Amino acid sequence: MADVKKPKILGILCNWCSYAGADLAGSARTQYPPDVRVVRVMCTGRVDPLFIMKAFTDGADGVLVSGCHFGDCHYLEGNYKSAKRMFLMKSLLKGIGMEDKRLRMTFVSASEGAKWAKVIEDVVNTINELGPSPLKEMTK
Amino acid sequence: MVDTTSTKKPRIGVFVCHCGTNIAGSIDVKGLVEYAKTVPNVAFAQDYQYVCSTPGQKIITDAIEKEKLTGTVVAACSPRLHEPTFRTATKEGGLNQFRFEMANIREQGSWVHMHDRDAATDKAKDAVRIAVAKAALLQDLEPKAVPVEKAALVVGAGIAGMQAALDLANAGIKTYLVEKNPSIGGRMSQLDKTFPTLDCSQCILTPKMVDVGRAPNIELMTYSEIDAVEGYIGNFDVTIRKKARGVLSMAEAEAKGISGGGCNGCGDCEPVCPVIKPNPFEEGMKPRKAIYIYHPQVVPLLYTVDFDSCIKCNLCVTVCGDKKAIDLEMKDELIKVKVGTVILAIGFDIFPVENKREWGYKQFENVVTSLEFERLICASGPTGGHLIRPSDGKEPKRIGFVLCAGSRDNTGIGKPYCSRFCCMYSLKHAHQIIEKMPGAIPYIFYMDIRSFGKMYEEFYYRIQDEGAKFIRGRVANILEDPVTKNLHVYAEDTMLQRPMDMEMDLVVLAAAVQPAALTDKTRKLFGVSCSLDGWLLEAHPKLNPCGTTTAGVFLAGVCQGPKDIPDAVAQAEGAASAASIPIHRGEVELEPFFAQCIEEKCAGCGMCINLCPYQALSLVDKEAGKKVMQVTEAKCKGCGTCGAFCPGGAIWMQHFSTPQIVAQIDAFLLGGVK
Ligand code: FES
Repeated sequence: MADVKKPKILGILCNWCSYAGADLAGSARTQYPPDVRVVRVMCTGRVDPLFIMKAFTDGADGVLVSGCHFGDCHYLEGNYKSAKRMFLMKSLLKGIGMEDKRLRMTFVSASEGAKWAKVIEDVVNTINELGPSPLKEMTK
Repeated sequence: MVDTTSTKKPRIGVFVCHCGTNIAGSIDVKGLVEYAKTVPNVAFAQDYQYVCSTPGQKIITDAIEKEKLTGTVVAACSPRLHEPTFRTATKEGGLNQFRFEMANIREQGSWVHMHDRDAATDKAKDAVRIAVAKAALLQDLEPKAVPVEKAALVVGAGIAGMQAALDLANAGIKTYLVEKNPSIGGRMSQLDKTFPTLDCSQCILTPKMVDVGRAPNIELMTYSEIDAVEGYIGNFDVTIRKKARGVLSMAEAEAKGISGGGCNGCGDCEPVCPVIKPNPFEEGMKPRKAIYIYHPQVVPLLYTVDFDSCIKCNLCVTVCGDKKAIDLEMKDELIKVKVGTVILAIGFDIFPVENKREWGYKQFENVVTSLEFERLICASGPTGGHLIRPSDGKEPKRIGFVLCAGSRDNTGIGKPYCSRFCCMYSLKHAHQIIEKMPGAIPYIFYMDIRSFGKMYEEFYYRIQDEGAKFIRGRVANILEDPVTKNLHVYAEDTMLQRPMDMEMDLVVLAAAVQPAALTDKTRKLFGVSCSLDGWLLEAHPKLNPCGTTTAGVFLAGVCQGPKDIPDAVAQAEGAASAASIPIHRGEVELEPFFAQCIEEKCAGCGMCINLCPYQALSLVDKEAGKKVMQVTEAKCKGCGTCGAFCPGGAIWMQHFSTPQIVAQIDAFLLGGVK
């Protein structure tokens, strides 16, 4: 195992739903892969497309943006706006020849600890299947 | 001017918590501390058993002074748990409280990677590095103090809402009590007796209803719903829709200049009304007119017109005469109130138990729900308290009770949770049958009898002694004898390990409870989350069961999860106390995570203005011809939606600024575990 390269995945989580959901997974001791590193923001509406690009140019293999379900955003509609931006970012990634699956947006509520663990498993599997980011090779 | 620079050369202190073995069990804490010392800008790092303890916090305050720290990082549990604690410690050490950042290595570290110490430690190192990167760029901020409106809102006037409103009012707080039904009282007013004391429900409830109606500090708004909510703790602007009830109260009539007029509850209108509808208060088992009161004890004593069925024949208007109480052209009215805090006590509905087809509810006449049974056995109910079966009006002799009807059901049709009060009220029903109907036998089909409360288990023994029959087995199927309309109940008696077919005259389903129909709409208006099963989510299941994640909004009663009357009342008193604290303090501090405009960069394009859900942004004239965006801090809640969009990068989100977040990303991806 030692020489298998661990993927680098950035998770940007909103404080009110997904971060709380991730905390709940912890309180319930739900085990999941350790490959995602978390940055907390108040709302997914705060996720500047710049952050996504920055992560990929820095060599991230995947980025996960996770917020509240539609209609549940603590700030009413931040997640709608964020979702739109993520679609845009996905087509941008495709445009530059990257797999758009490397960027993922999910909706995990404060009570969905088990779902959070599933999401992480899923994201880590996807990124493992895709292998290291092509951008990482290019910028080396 | 927005300060986008950090003036001091950062010196960050890192404090790593063992949390007993919670963290140290799966993470190499010592290794983490050694690693932290190598991270750029870290001036000091130390571990401690429990950093949140008094000696733990002293380590922080001492280090700030001795090491001349400019910021602190605590690697421990979730910031959602202990951020306030460590902010206070940081402040006590002489730094601004917002120069603190937390690395979550417990909930999102040691607890979720318990069997992979190396990976968990690596993740913790990254988390510390990410936190230090942010801490190095944090700025001094001042919490914004806002005054708190000296009024509270309680939504829902069942027993929980009424108790909360009475407590608030007695504490000297002006309280708006909003109820969607024409009368207060809620579910409890439908009950006959209450377990385990067998108090008559009405006898203990009615005096409270009268108190609510009389309390000078309570403004009662029945037949009303919440239409819109704006603002935040201390200053909620709530729009209440007062539905057209077609009847003026005496006060309303007085205000309209009809002196001595208005509804005095005489009831002359009701007999003349030609429309007949089922009465939902009686679970549809009694008729009601299009102009009606629910039951004789309603508060306020005020008739209501059901405009869905009213044919506007005007007979009631004529008979009402000079009182001029009835206005068939009445329209909904929107009322705006300003309150400091809110309590949601929006109750529950009964699970549509007909979805469980195998029990035959709504297929067979003699299968009823326990709420219907409650009305049938209640002296003020449709049969005057005489229990008869719906098919032929005969008195049943063998009465089956099916417990967990839709509760503890993992088939996907019912509810996975325990509804918590069905066992006890079914025992009470059994007692009522034995007491009222000599010769009749209650048969209770159960999985477990959950009699957990004070004097509940004793009550269970008593009912056993009184002669109720208990069969431990979940009912598989109920079929009707088409001639006699008797019911065959099929179950396995798991004690005798034998399948059984028992003939019953009446079957009562102890139906599960579920969140009330308006729950989802209401919670979204107030920004409150729900748990997986739809009940409103408390801020912490153990330590903050009345609070929510929305500051200033509290929960009481079953809307937070099934509970019986004593628990609902206790939670209501807790919520009332919690909701009165900010009001009595008169001021709350908000986290100052506002947007700021960097005017030099702002091109005045105005694209951000429409993005803001709170109308907090506007364009203002800056010197000749140049417009810039301006933030109204009182309206900004700090979501950052504008800051993520601004094409010129001219919006600075305090505490979540672009340089801070980019530094976190860089620290993760470029820093790397050595
Ligand atoms: S607060 Fe969770 S997405 Fe907006």
